[in-house]
Amino acid sequence: MTKQQANWSPYDNNGGTCVAIAGTDYCVIAADTRMSSGYNILTRDYSKINQLADKSVLASSGFQADVRALQKVLAAKHLQYQHQHNKQMSCPAMAQLLSNTLYYKRFFPYYAFNVLGGLDHEGKGCVFTYDAVGSYERVGYSSQGSGSTLITPFLDNQLKSPSPLLLPARDAVTPLSESEAIDLVKTCFASATERDIYTGDKLEILIMNASGIRQEYMELRKD
Amino acid sequence: MEAVKQGSAAIGLRSKSHVVLACVNKANSELSSHQKKIFKVDDHIGVAIAGLTADGRVLSRYMRNECINYFYTYESQLPVGRLVVQLADKAQVCTQRSWKRPFGVGLLVGGLDEFGAHLYYNCPSGNYFEYQAFAIGSRSQAAKTYLERKFESFMGSSRENLIKDALFALRETLQGEKLTSSVCTIAVVGIGEAFHILDQETVQALINEFEIAGEEAAAPDQAAVDEPLAAADDQAAPGDEGAAPMDM
Repeated sequence: MTKQQANWSPYDNNGGTCVAIAGTDYCVIAADTRMSSGYNILTRDYSKINQLADKSVLASSGFQADVRALQKVLAAKHLQYQHQHNKQMSCPAMAQLLSNTLYYKRFFPYYAFNVLGGLDHEGKGCVFTYDAVGSYERVGYSSQGSGSTLITPFLDNQLKSPSPLLLPARDAVTPLSESEAIDLVKTCFASATERDIYTGDKLEILIMNASGIRQEYMELRKD
Repeated sequence: MEAVKQGSAAIGLRSKSHVVLACVNKANSELSSHQKKIFKVDDHIGVAIAGLTADGRVLSRYMRNECINYFYTYESQLPVGRLVVQLADKAQVCTQRSWKRPFGVGLLVGGLDEFGAHLYYNCPSGNYFEYQAFAIGSRSQAAKTYLERKFESFMGSSRENLIKDALFALRETLQGEKLTSSVCTIAVVGIGEAFHILDQETVQALINEFEIAGEEAAAPDQAAVDEPLAAADDQAAPGDEGAAPMDM
């Protein structure tokens, strides 16, 4: 008799892709709205983007139940912060909080692949990219999720972000204008949708700048 | 309790849709800043305290955490009526353990639930009552007398009139001193309006608008009534909620 293996997993991957690009005075965060399980589509209209604070927006792909639980924990922590400090959390502070929250569950992780976007205290765009257990880094752009392998090389080519290991420390934000960045994001997703079965349906874009936050949508291929 | 009676005054009033909390902010000396007596607990609940402000701060933190945890579990706002019961039970524990001391603070909790706006008063004893309008702290009897005359109109009052009545009641506790925005704090919560403390300019504008500077009292008999009543502070005078004895 062969050894019995556990065939129930507490995790599921709902697919999807998230992208964020940081500019000199804006930040663009985008994610598709398809939620899948295996070869099935669960819904074509599920938002993976959540605004955590005035200047911080989180986009997460992976297991959406864990993503939702993570968002709730962060929202509660943020409320406590506001009560204590009488102000909203800054994006770098939220970045550290997210990292700590993820590592807290190091031995039963949140199956969430996160990209945090926002504006720092100088008003410059900032993007933080994470792995499932909280390792993070501030970068000029990032992509996570099922389509990330298709999108990241393209962004590397277009945005030529300097390596964070170089000295003197170089600014990670892209010199592109806001509208150019939005077009770039739309191109990324249109391409990823072609080859990644888990990406498609609709693209949700959040643009953050000094005047506030606005949303844009774009239809993607539904197959 | 004595601690509550000696703290500076705090007043609350409510209509069907709004609650106004007002308090007197007297600094100990010219040099120091005044104490924070009104705390936001959640978007739909706020609290004004009188007595040992340190105890009040601790209880506010407890209330905030309760609201956050409730929202986390149920994804809806904690009804204020539930919160005051939890608060009262917490206070009661301290009255029945020999190694603890009661919280030396009275709390006026104003908040919303599905039925509308509510105002509660939580005593250090662990008792709590719902009120149409109430005042606690030193010289609160003067405010209570004013509120007793006017409370019947509060339920249907507009937001502006409610704030006006709060300012008038507050002026009563100042006993002739000039009412300016620097000595008082006003906070409002209502249906469709998150709990927030009004900033100084808004309050001063309202004081000017209602001409509540306070040179002469609203009614001449107030001055005569204040003196003897200030001594007999344990006059029970709740709102219209019946003969609930008030054990301040």
